[in-house]
Amino acid sequence: MDSALIPEGVKRCPLPKFLFGLAIVSAVLLWGVYAMFLCWFKGLNQTNMNDYYGFALWIWADLAVIALGGGAFFTGLLKYIFKVDELKNIINFTVIIGFICYSSALLILAIDIGQPLRGWFIFWHANVHSMLTEVAFCLSCYFAVLTIEFIPNILENRQLNKVGFFHHLAHNMHGVMAIFAATGAFLSFFHQGSLGGVAGVLYGRPFAFREGLLIWPWTFFLFTWSAAAFGPCFSLTVTWITEKVTGKKLVSDKTVHLLAKISGWMITTYMVAKIIDTIYWATVTAPSMGFKMSHFYSNNGFYGYWILFAEIILGGLIPGLLLVFKGTRENPTTRLAAIILAGIGVCINRWVMVLQIMAVPVMPFDTWALYIPSWQEVATTILPVAYGIILIALAYRYLPVFPQEVELNTPAKTAAE
Amino acid sequence: MFPFCFEWAWDIGHIIFFGGFWYAIGILGAGMTFCIGKAAYDTVKGGHGEHH
Repeated sequence: MDSALIPEGVKRCPLPKFLFGLAIVSAVLLWGVYAMFLCWFKGLNQTNMNDYYGFALWIWADLAVIALGGGAFFTGLLKYIFKVDELKNIINFTVIIGFICYSSALLILAIDIGQPLRGWFIFWHANVHSMLTEVAFCLSCYFAVLTIEFIPNILENRQLNKVGFFHHLAHNMHGVMAIFAATGAFLSFFHQGSLGGVAGVLYGRPFAFREGLLIWPWTFFLFTWSAAAFGPCFSLTVTWITEKVTGKKLVSDKTVHLLAKISGWMITTYMVAKIIDTIYWATVTAPSMGFKMSHFYSNNGFYGYWILFAEIILGGLIPGLLLVFKGTRENPTTRLAAIILAGIGVCINRWVMVLQIMAVPVMPFDTWALYIPSWQEVATTILPVAYGIILIALAYRYLPVFPQEVELNTPAKTAAE
Repeated sequence: MFPFCFEWAWDIGHIIFFGGFWYAIGILGAGMTFCIGKAAYDTVKGGHGEHH
């Protein structure tokens, strides 16, 4: 029924089956939309945020999707600026993943500010002393870059591409994509960094505070580095899931191995820097403010040393090393374990830097303040996942996302003929 | 946001923040204007263009 829209030379499932799948995910999406409207119409009393938790589950989700979406800017940087041509086979998909992550981040922020109609205040009445203003500027502009990077892929749809203007527009946008990619890398460097900087400048929160270079705490550089390191792993994870769902090989092993290798080295070098930062913080920074390291990991029912181990060893060093060594990188099982662990690791890092900071007692009369999100917060956090699945399903069905799909799924005999 | 808004001050903070902001917007706007303009020109000139 919709065969005229499906890219040439590829096979897709029957439309009723596709629509049935979409309907299931849409039900989850509607649950999130319902919770979103509750928050907008009834207010932020629908959440479990309080005076301790001005930043809560949404801000963690925001930082996590922005880190996971970092694969888009880093792959774009490698492909268009450093001319790593092999990545052309996965760049469309990383852009779509980035687009989903950043649009989700903006949606979550629109819910979190409680009054989305006043979202434009951050531009009009900008507080130029706030790192979050820089984040808002760069996030919005980078979302515009991702939209621009996504447009040519949409215009290459079989029917749209027949329209002369759209065909030429897609072609011209490809021609100057390096400029957009460079702008995107510039914007990403600053907004990823400033998200880390927000935590690092909190001198009233010894768990987060870090020294740094000029006005930038070390967390500024660690956040940018980690997004560039872990983002490609998330792109590879989503590619693997898409391949399993569709039952097809969509990206060649050569491309996957290359991106995994780059990601592995980035993660390993990041972890060295992160470990040095943690040791310096534990032995110099925190004691200079009157705190022992054990203060941050004891006397509460949830946060223990296990979370430090999970972030640095299990979700950092192990996946990094698994991807660095050729044997484990090219073994599908260990590679899959590594990219999944890496995704979990960066999410734990963002959790620690958003929520553990809020939980740690600071004043002598304070106690640990643990927080459990309300169902409305959970539903609105799952909402972007459902939205992402729908967008990937539509893009996969109707757009030429994977340039190697035909070649990789043509039986050898047919290809020889 | 604009120099004619009452909150605007000609200080280093505004110049750096908004300088970077308008610089990025300027590049994106100029890039898209070029692409759309050239696509319109190519379409009027005729032909379906080369494949990429």
